[in-house]
Amino acid sequence: MRSVRTFMTAFRAIRRNIMRAVLTTLGIVIGVGAVIAMMEIGKGSSTAIQQSVASMGANNLLIFPGTASSAGVSFGSGSIMTLTPQDAEAILRDCPAVGTAAPIVRVRTQVIYGGRNWVPQTIYGTTPMYLDVRDWNTLAEGEPFTDRDVRNGSKVCLIGQTLVRQLFDEQSPLDKEIRINNVSFRVVGVLSRKGANMMGSDQDDIILAPWTAIKYRVSGSSAQSVNQSAAAKTDTSQQVNSLNNLYPSSGVQLYPAPSPTQAADTPLPVRFTNVDQIVAAARSTAQIPMAVEQITDLLRERHRIRAGQPDDFIIRDLTELTSALSGTSALMTKLLLCVALISLVVGGVGIMNIMLVSVTERTREIGLRMAVGARGSDILRQFLTEAVVLCLAGGALGILLGWGSSRLVTMLLRWPTESSPEAILAAVAVSFFVGVVFGFYPAWKASRLDPIEALRYE
Amino acid sequence: MQLIELKDVYKTYHLGEMDVPVLKGVSLEVARGELVALMGASGSGKSTLMNILGCLDRPTSGEYWLDDQLVSGLPRNELAHIRNQKIGFVFQSFNLLPRTSALENVMMPMTYNARGISDRESRRRAIALLERVGLGDRIHHHPSQLSGGQQQRVAIARALINQPPLLFADEPTGNLDSHTSEEVLKMFQRLNAEEGITIILVTHDAEVAEHAGRTIRIRDGLIESGAFAHEGSMAGAGGAI
Repeated sequence: MRSVRTFMTAFRAIRRNIMRAVLTTLGIVIGVGAVIAMMEIGKGSSTAIQQSVASMGANNLLIFPGTASSAGVSFGSGSIMTLTPQDAEAILRDCPAVGTAAPIVRVRTQVIYGGRNWVPQTIYGTTPMYLDVRDWNTLAEGEPFTDRDVRNGSKVCLIGQTLVRQLFDEQSPLDKEIRINNVSFRVVGVLSRKGANMMGSDQDDIILAPWTAIKYRVSGSSAQSVNQSAAAKTDTSQQVNSLNNLYPSSGVQLYPAPSPTQAADTPLPVRFTNVDQIVAAARSTAQIPMAVEQITDLLRERHRIRAGQPDDFIIRDLTELTSALSGTSALMTKLLLCVALISLVVGGVGIMNIMLVSVTERTREIGLRMAVGARGSDILRQFLTEAVVLCLAGGALGILLGWGSSRLVTMLLRWPTESSPEAILAAVAVSFFVGVVFGFYPAWKASRLDPIEALRYE
Repeated sequence: MQLIELKDVYKTYHLGEMDVPVLKGVSLEVARGELVALMGASGSGKSTLMNILGCLDRPTSGEYWLDDQLVSGLPRNELAHIRNQKIGFVFQSFNLLPRTSALENVMMPMTYNARGISDRESRRRAIALLERVGLGDRIHHHPSQLSGGQQQRVAIARALINQPPLLFADEPTGNLDSHTSEEVLKMFQRLNAEEGITIILVTHDAEVAEHAGRTIRIRDGLIESGAFAHEGSMAGAGGAI
């Protein structure tokens, strides 16, 4: 009740001199407006930067099989086969910090289309989710292959821009058949250009296909380096008969070996399917450590590793990228904070200045209020409330101004902006604080006036 | 018991090294329902006495009983509360808040009323008072839109909003022409007669003082005459004992 009356009194006093109130709050309005606009634009840019860095794979986690060791001799990473496609599915299902995960089967082999051939740097057998992991969902042409293609082991693939150039001479490759290790794959889509990665290797030199197709139809076993001419050596018609062969009968086989085509057409049932790698993406950069922890726990459980025994897998994250990312955004936030503080202090001094003038100008009013029974504390509260109301009103206007100008910037300049509730909260808190701090001295001065002197003041 | 009892009050101002005695042992009494004029030339201590009587200032020594309460030793905040509850002020220069409607001016003292009267009630009371002083049709006018006499009537309504038993009028007609002065003084007389409000008119004008039931004259910090009702020049208009 009392505070409502004090507020109303302050409000009336401000309304009595609306022009001066507006000019006074202009400092705060501009200060807060600048802060909000900068925060929104800055946050938008920072999110845009984060997204582009994230598309470089900042959130990615790479899971490799661990090392085999025998009698104290370790064979290095990837030397045992421990990861399964089911691991990838389980990671996706059971780790809340992981947004996307896909298994990867790698081969390196020759690709043929018509009279041209090429050995792509990367041939990945994976699932459609790989595109989500790499943030690569916009295709230049066509459609990605589907989960159903993965289940069926369909011979379909997506190819990168480098392959379009090398094999198709910039013609549209859609629905064309290319041969990977003599297995025909239909091109269903073309990936958009991604360029080189940070280490300079070409990311467009890539073929993506269902992992089942790569695993069972192209490479008999994982990580086997196959090329078609080497594979063809088993074909007796191409063997060179030379006397250098000391024991010619050693190559004689009693049963004809299945040709690669036969082998590809009749995949052998495999009890244990392994993949070469699993890629996963954390939901955000901040959740990477949590994701690593969850994946470790899950895989240890799935692989039945006892406590105390070493992991049979290795998880890598892109620490370099992540730390660059968080460094950038921290710097940006600090910069914005500095600008914010300076403009708000300037605005606050303006408020104090006007409140001091106001106290002098309204000395008689203060005397009158005291004569009709206002105590010093009432006067203090009234002037303080006035300052705070001015500051809060300025803050509110400033929020609108800042919000409006950031929208304008988005519309006119097409800069990314993002509304920032923290900035709005901080602006309100800071304008309140400025009102109290810079309103206190004038209010205290007013409350110390002697009613007799004040009434007589001309 | 009288409404006001002043017993041997001294007031001394300290100007640097010098002590300036302004009131030199003032004793007086005002009964409930009296209309009293306080007269004196400038420099006589009239204003100082009024400040003490109005609880704006404290005496250096002596006792001041207002409404059976010893107020001479009270701290500032207590005095503020007493001013709010028991005393209404009317000033020479009206002292209305500029750019504020007559209604809001009248309601202003209610802001500091600790008794928690609702806004609607205080609004109702303010409108009734404005009607009473003949400004019922001007409650939303700003002071700049009112004549001097009307402004002073707004000020009177403001002084009465907390229903004080005591009203101080400090040169209430000083800024008014003779016709309006007469109106305002008539209003004081009517308030005194009809409501029984004790009114103290502070003036240096003998014509104004004639409207009062009794005149207290002060000179050089001492009461010259009229300090007590029984030795007053006239019988109190409001029936003072």
